[in-house]
Amino acid sequence: MSTMSNSLAETQVESLATAGLSQGDVSDFFALLKPRVMFLVVFTALVGMVVSPSTVHPIVAFVSLLMIAVGGGASGCLNMWWDADIDAVMTRTAKRPIPAGKIQPGEALAFGMTLSVGSVIILGLVSNWLAAGLLAFTIFFYVVVYSMWLKRTTPQNIVIGGAAGALPPVVAQAAVTGHVALDSIVLFAIIFMWTPPHFWALALVKSGDYQRAGIPMLPNVAGPDATRFQILAYTILLAPLGIAPVALGFGGLAYAIISLVGGFGMLALALQVYRLRQGEPAMRVAQQLFGFSILYLFLLFATLLVEHGFGFFRPVFG
Amino acid sequence: MADRKPSQSLTPEEQKRRRTRSLALALTLGALVLLFYVVTIAKLGPGVLQRPM
Repeated sequence: MSTMSNSLAETQVESLATAGLSQGDVSDFFALLKPRVMFLVVFTALVGMVVSPSTVHPIVAFVSLLMIAVGGGASGCLNMWWDADIDAVMTRTAKRPIPAGKIQPGEALAFGMTLSVGSVIILGLVSNWLAAGLLAFTIFFYVVVYSMWLKRTTPQNIVIGGAAGALPPVVAQAAVTGHVALDSIVLFAIIFMWTPPHFWALALVKSGDYQRAGIPMLPNVAGPDATRFQILAYTILLAPLGIAPVALGFGGLAYAIISLVGGFGMLALALQVYRLRQGEPAMRVAQQLFGFSILYLFLLFATLLVEHGFGFFRPVFG
Repeated sequence: MADRKPSQSLTPEEQKRRRTRSLALALTLGALVLLFYVVTIAKLGPGVLQRPM
C-alpha cells in the first residue's frame, strides 16, 4: 500500500514537474493585481459612493467597494496575462511577474478569471445586478476591447480604453443607488478626458519603450508634435469639465477653488508642452505634466471625498 | 517556469512558497466565509432568525 502511495506521489510530483512548477510567491500574485491601479480604482469608486444622494448599510458599501477593487485587480491581472510578450521588452514592465518568470501565463489567466467572475457575482448578490453588470462590462472593456484589440492596433488606444479606468465611480454609485446618475457620469467624463493628456505625456518621455514593443502610441505614429497638440486639445476640454461638479451642485466651495487652480495649472503645463519641442526642456515639461496630472486628479477626487465624507460641503450657489 | 527532470522533488524554497500560497488561499476562503456571514446579517438583520418553521 505504502509502495503504491509512494509511487502515486512520485507520479504527481513528476506531472507537476513536467507541467512546470509555480515559482510565484504570494506577493507576486498580489503584484498581478496592479496594486497602484487598484488604489486609484478604490479611491475614485469611494468618491462615486460618497457623492451619491442615497446611502446603504456600511458593510454593504464596504463589500461593494472591495468587489470593485478585486474586479479592477482581476482586469489588471488578465491584462498582464495577455500583454506578457510586450511587457518583456519594455523597461517599465519587464520585471512584472510573468515576464520575470515567477508566474506562468496559465496561472495568471486562471487567477484573473476566478477573481473576475467571483467579484461580479458577489457584487451582484451584495448590492444589485446593475452594478455587477457594469463591473463585468468594465473588466470586459479593459481586457478585450482595450488590451486585446485597441492597444496594438490604433494610436487612439488609450482614449477609448480610458473608459474602463473611468467607470469605477459609475459602478460604485450604481451599487449604492441602483441606477446611473448624472453625478457619476460627470466623474466618468473627468477621468475619461484626463486619461489622454496623462498617458500621452508619459508616452512622449517613454516613446522609445513603446516603439520597441511595437505599440502604436500616438508619438510613435503621428509624431511628437501632433501628440503635443492633442494633449493641449484634451486639456482644454478637461479644465472646464473639472469644474462641472460645481455647476451641478455636488462640488462645493473648496472643490471650486481646487478645480479652478488645478485646471489652470494643467492648461499652463499643456501649453508649455505644446511650445517646448526640443531637447531636455521638452522632456522635462512633459514629465512635469505627467506628474501634475496625477496630483490634479487626486486633488479633485480627494476634495469631493472630504466635502461629502467629512461634512465640509459648502455650496457655491445658494 | 523552471525546467526540471522527472521525479525531481521540491526544493526547500519551493516548498516554502507552496506553503505560503496554500496559507494565503486558506485565509482567503476563511475571509469569504466571514464576509458572507456578515453580509447576510447586515442585509437581513435580526429577521434572519425569524423565519416560519
